[in-house]
Amino acid sequence: MQFTKDSILIDPKTEVVKIIENIRSNVFNTLKKRGGVVGVSGGIDSSVVLALTVKALGSDKVVAVMLPEKESSGDNIKLVNQLIYKVGAGDIIETVSENITDTLTGFGCYRRRDEAVKRIFPEYDSSYKMRIILPHNLLEGNNLNLFYLEIISPEGERKKTRLPVKEYLQIVAASNFKQRSRMSMLYYHAELKNYAVIGTPNKNEHELGFFVKYGDGGSDITPIKHLFKTQVYQIADYLGIPAEIKKRIPTTDTYSAIQTQEDFFFRISFDLLDRIWFGLENNISTDKIASELKLTIEQVENVIADIKRKINNTEYLRKFPIDLEPAIELI
Amino acid sequence: MEQIEILKEFVISNFLFGKSTILEYDTDFLEKGIIDSIGILELVCFVEETFNFKVLDDEILHNNFSSLTKLNNYINLKLGKLQKVVQKCAV
Repeated sequence: MQFTKDSILIDPKTEVVKIIENIRSNVFNTLKKRGGVVGVSGGIDSSVVLALTVKALGSDKVVAVMLPEKESSGDNIKLVNQLIYKVGAGDIIETVSENITDTLTGFGCYRRRDEAVKRIFPEYDSSYKMRIILPHNLLEGNNLNLFYLEIISPEGERKKTRLPVKEYLQIVAASNFKQRSRMSMLYYHAELKNYAVIGTPNKNEHELGFFVKYGDGGSDITPIKHLFKTQVYQIADYLGIPAEIKKRIPTTDTYSAIQTQEDFFFRISFDLLDRIWFGLENNISTDKIASELKLTIEQVENVIADIKRKINNTEYLRKFPIDLEPAIELI
Repeated sequence: MEQIEILKEFVISNFLFGKSTILEYDTDFLEKGIIDSIGILELVCFVEETFNFKVLDDEILHNNFSSLTKLNNYINLKLGKLQKVVQKCAV
């Protein structure tokens, strides 16, 4: 197969037909549910999944659920409203907004996280913003994945330090209440109507382990899990997702400071990551990938090493609960 | 105990739960999945506390932290550099 920078591109029309049939068949026949619930954030993935689900099941069999909390971006609601208007194409899509701030407060999400942050930066309080980042760009060297904590004062002063293990684990464990609370609320609305939860992770998130087990990873069907982010954008173009959503930089919507997915996890633009990964999956040589993408061989090798490390290190997230064989069987 | 044996004992007890069969001095414990990203945080912390120097951000590279031999070489280099600085200050 000839490898070029455009080899990864799909025929969106064909793919959309395939996905729509898959959603319809699995929701109605396999899962025997009456419709679908989609958690919508104003991001590209959930927007595409909502549009596909409406096409598959019909606008009267879909509920879009917004799940804001006190640290969510204020733009989300505006973008979701634009999306609903566009996707509905004149029909009404049932939309629910559930503010989960009180739920998260009840779990101690903010308090437990902030305790860990304050152990590192004692001056940190609720007037600050914070985020976790992986600061090194993969193209600039083969630095290992080490997480850093950054706080931003009300005056805009930034402080950053490498996270010790104990604080890293506490911040992540506390923050994961967000994804798990969102998942619980989606299942509430799904069970209320005997609907299925339609998941929004893409291939990058699922295979590289950028999701919370039983959080955003919890759903009944994952219709874009096989698609690279680059291909999700193609589908978004084809479906006419509003430009403001498409041009928005993907964020995690997890920490109080704005945090792009690239800062937090991927360490390289999707544009390059996807093409290098696609080449790797199709057994294209490193030097061929490098020459087509105008990178050095070392840069491509660094990215490939990081992809392999992430897949290996996050295997636990994709595992189902491990069980034993029957204790006794009649032969 | 030799420095590299201290490192080996730490990796075996913390990441291999006492099973040493798959760990050679040149085993790439990142590629083999012995140490993950949380493990790297623990390893860096262990090196700093045990050998009493600060691991700089730019030194947390695959070339320094991916096997016992590479880690041992890195620590020797760091301790050698620190020794030179101490001697210079004394002069």
